[in-house]
Amino acid sequence: MKPTDISDPDYFHKVVDCQYACPAHTPVPEYIRLIAAGRYNDAYMINWQSNVFPGVLGRTCDRPCEPACRRGRIEEEPVAICRLKRVAADNKTDISDRLPDIPTEKNGKKVALIGAGPASLTVARDLMPLGYAIDLYDDQRKGGGFMRSQIPSFRLPESVLDEEVNYILDMGVVTHFNQTVTSMKDMLGKGYDAIFVGTGAPRGRDLPNLPGREEGDANIHIGIDWLANVAFEHISRIGKKVLVLGGGNTAMDCCRTAKRLGGEDVRVVVRSPKAEMKASPWEIEDAEHEDIPMYENHNPKAFVTENGRLTGMLFERVEPVFDDRGKRTLEPTGEEVFMACDDVLMAIGQLNSFPWIERDIGIEFNDWDMPEVDKTTFQTSVPEVFVGGDAAWGPENVITAVAHGHQAAISIHHLCEGKSTTDRPGPEVNLMSQKMGFHDWLYDAHISDDDRHVVALIDKQKALSDRKLEVEKGFDPLQGYDEAMRCLNCDVQTVFDKDRCIECDACEDICPVDCINFTDNDEEDLLRDKLKVKATNKDQDLYVSDALKTKRVMVKDENVCLHCGLCAERCPTGAWDMQKFLLHEATAGK
Amino acid sequence: MTFIRPNFRHPELSTNAIGQSIKSYEGALSTLCAGCGHDSISAAIIKSCFDLNLQPHKIAKISGIGCSSKTPTYFLGKAHGFNSVHGRMPSVTTGANMANRDLLYIGVSGDGDTASIGMGQFAHVVRRNLNMVYIVMNNGCYGLTKGQDSATADKGSASKKGVPSVFDSIDLCQLALQLGAGMVARSFSGDKHQLIPLIKAAIRHPGFAFIDVVSPCVTFNNTPASTKGYEWVRDHLEATGTIDFIPAKSEITIDYPPGTSRQVELHDGSELVLQKNAEDYDLSSRKAAMNRIEAVREQQHILTGLIYHNESAADTHGLINTVRQPLNELSQQTLCPGSGVLDSLNESLR
Repeated sequence: MKPTDISDPDYFHKVVDCQYACPAHTPVPEYIRLIAAGRYNDAYMINWQSNVFPGVLGRTCDRPCEPACRRGRIEEEPVAICRLKRVAADNKTDISDRLPDIPTEKNGKKVALIGAGPASLTVARDLMPLGYAIDLYDDQRKGGGFMRSQIPSFRLPESVLDEEVNYILDMGVVTHFNQTVTSMKDMLGKGYDAIFVGTGAPRGRDLPNLPGREEGDANIHIGIDWLANVAFEHISRIGKKVLVLGGGNTAMDCCRTAKRLGGEDVRVVVRSPKAEMKASPWEIEDAEHEDIPMYENHNPKAFVTENGRLTGMLFERVEPVFDDRGKRTLEPTGEEVFMACDDVLMAIGQLNSFPWIERDIGIEFNDWDMPEVDKTTFQTSVPEVFVGGDAAWGPENVITAVAHGHQAAISIHHLCEGKSTTDRPGPEVNLMSQKMGFHDWLYDAHISDDDRHVVALIDKQKALSDRKLEVEKGFDPLQGYDEAMRCLNCDVQTVFDKDRCIECDACEDICPVDCINFTDNDEEDLLRDKLKVKATNKDQDLYVSDALKTKRVMVKDENVCLHCGLCAERCPTGAWDMQKFLLHEATAGK
Repeated sequence: MTFIRPNFRHPELSTNAIGQSIKSYEGALSTLCAGCGHDSISAAIIKSCFDLNLQPHKIAKISGIGCSSKTPTYFLGKAHGFNSVHGRMPSVTTGANMANRDLLYIGVSGDGDTASIGMGQFAHVVRRNLNMVYIVMNNGCYGLTKGQDSATADKGSASKKGVPSVFDSIDLCQLALQLGAGMVARSFSGDKHQLIPLIKAAIRHPGFAFIDVVSPCVTFNNTPASTKGYEWVRDHLEATGTIDFIPAKSEITIDYPPGTSRQVELHDGSELVLQKNAEDYDLSSRKAAMNRIEAVREQQHILTGLIYHNESAADTHGLINTVRQPLNELSQQTLCPGSGVLDSLNESLR
């Protein structure tokens, strides 16, 4: 193999699995260390810089970082990264003096943001400090988009959302709430330098052709609309028997909300096997904790009505069948199941909808009736129109919308500055030795052996009696410290200088997880095979040095490196050093 | 301050045939200087015992004084251990072996502990062919007292201080050969491919097995002018041949081209396979081994690998005809059968 090029920021970035997996590339280990140090404001601001909504995401994030966490490969459970973020948000003091200054003298450019969800708000957050004048349009009466209308208060208290939305609105964003944008043509005529569309995927999927759909309409609800009506307090009751269709996170939010609005027998019914449910495992767990049963392999056949009123639903049992290629189909078993109910909530998917964008104004639409959006610049075929968040390519999650917002803001800034939008700024990268002295490093490598700590919940009866009462208590500062100490500090990199190496093997001997090897060089596959412990995880790179004096090379399998620093500790010549890799993704104007 | 070894190990690391993980063979974290060759030897001992499926509690590790003699703390934490007086490791091992012949005895010593203060002890334990593994971690200097030349420092070799040694050195392998050791080998801490099979063979060897391991002292004796530094040793190694240790009843078969290797069968059915090299000689001939060491030394090289191997001689227990059962397991009645037996014994001698 060729020697690894560690001057490429991507190499060490990939080693920080959590940060690499995060769509917004939040420097996770950096803020976890700050939490352990009790520096909650600093930890919060690092988050705020990258992901804009630490308090919201610390409760509701889809956490792509956690399945990626190296700790999960060393023992069973990853670090509770998401809930640690909440520790920073919960324990911080007033951070308003750390927010960016907004220039009183504007740069003369005007930007319109359509939809007040996380993508648009991120664009506003990035552009306001640069002197832009921003108009924000939304048909709801407050900002936050789906974070407000779809995420129930028992998971995300309104005060937390308000605080983080207001950090942005208070920068001087001109809001046009309760105002539905009905024509893109009109918007284009208003003289904006750029328009960003962050309208999400607002249309909940229906089952319009199922028998009984029309007769039962009064008690059949689209999940996301129903959740929004609950959030804005248009709905406060539901029938005693409720069926929730669908297996995603919206279904979990629907069933748990129904349970709080008078639902006594609330059931989740899914077409597929339970193992294939799209909802995050922890959200399924939370619903089951509230005694909500899941019925798998039930395909809806009909709404059953009596005298024009919904009385139940008919399902057909299916079973998964795998063909030779391993492709799964759901075959009917012929068995029919009737479930009585008062109300049905449909949470079976969301669609994008752009009836308000005229098709003759130059914005190209593709075969799926979605606007053509560039994956890097978020630009449409009309240069000043940008699309991001769920509106771009369909439903994802908050953190992805934030990442889109950052990138779109860069493009808008470039456009307004007359620069090419395809010219993307690189990340800000810092690699700094952590050595302080003999046995002394700037980071605390004494990781905890504890299993993942469980977040405590409030009493179930109490929780179910109040839809606004937050269920999770969050970690207290001490639990937060204990959990933070499980982090392996994967951003503190093992950096090898082959010219200093005398091949004494001390690092190879001391490495607790046998990831360092000195061996003859070879092709990658052969090399992976002949290491002390075979490097079977091909998603993880091998760090290969140039040839040493004996013609051998140093090969390190990054897979389960504990970043404990013992290799550097035992190196007599300083050929190994522990260096902190800090990467901040570029944002507009930086 | 960070000097604690994490408790996690590679999740894909397997356990050995007796269900032990490598962790069962580790010891405390080393406090020797970073880069010390001794730590590599400790790692080789750990790996050898793991591979041979030894029960850690059936091993005793015994040492004297010096950097080398600190190492038993850093391997086989679950084994018995005795850190004895300077140079007295052989005597303490002899005593322990006499009391319990069922344990594996690993004696660890240094060049000072063996070639200076312990020379008399060393000579006699070899002579008696005590069943033990005797490892000398040989760095040619007294690391624990600031790096003075030891008795194995080669004439003309200079340590960190820069003054070449004026005295002739003692070659411990030659000495062991002359005194009748059954297995004599030399290796290098930086070459585990060679060292591990040698340690395994030494463990399996019935009787006295001696390994002189050149082990650089990075702090005091790793200079370009030192014959015990990493660079010099690597440049001047001459191996008797690549060695593989093949455990008894093993299904491992390694194909060597005909005529390029030879097998040395050990008493327990395990095997050493030596890849022949150009300068091949008879391993069971003391004279040939002596000549070979001298010939290689004349070329300013260091002969490593298995130098001499002969299983024929009986060990101390055999020589003095002790009972098979360890003395510490004999009952009071057997050990001290009473005045009646003494009387009849005395009577028989009248």
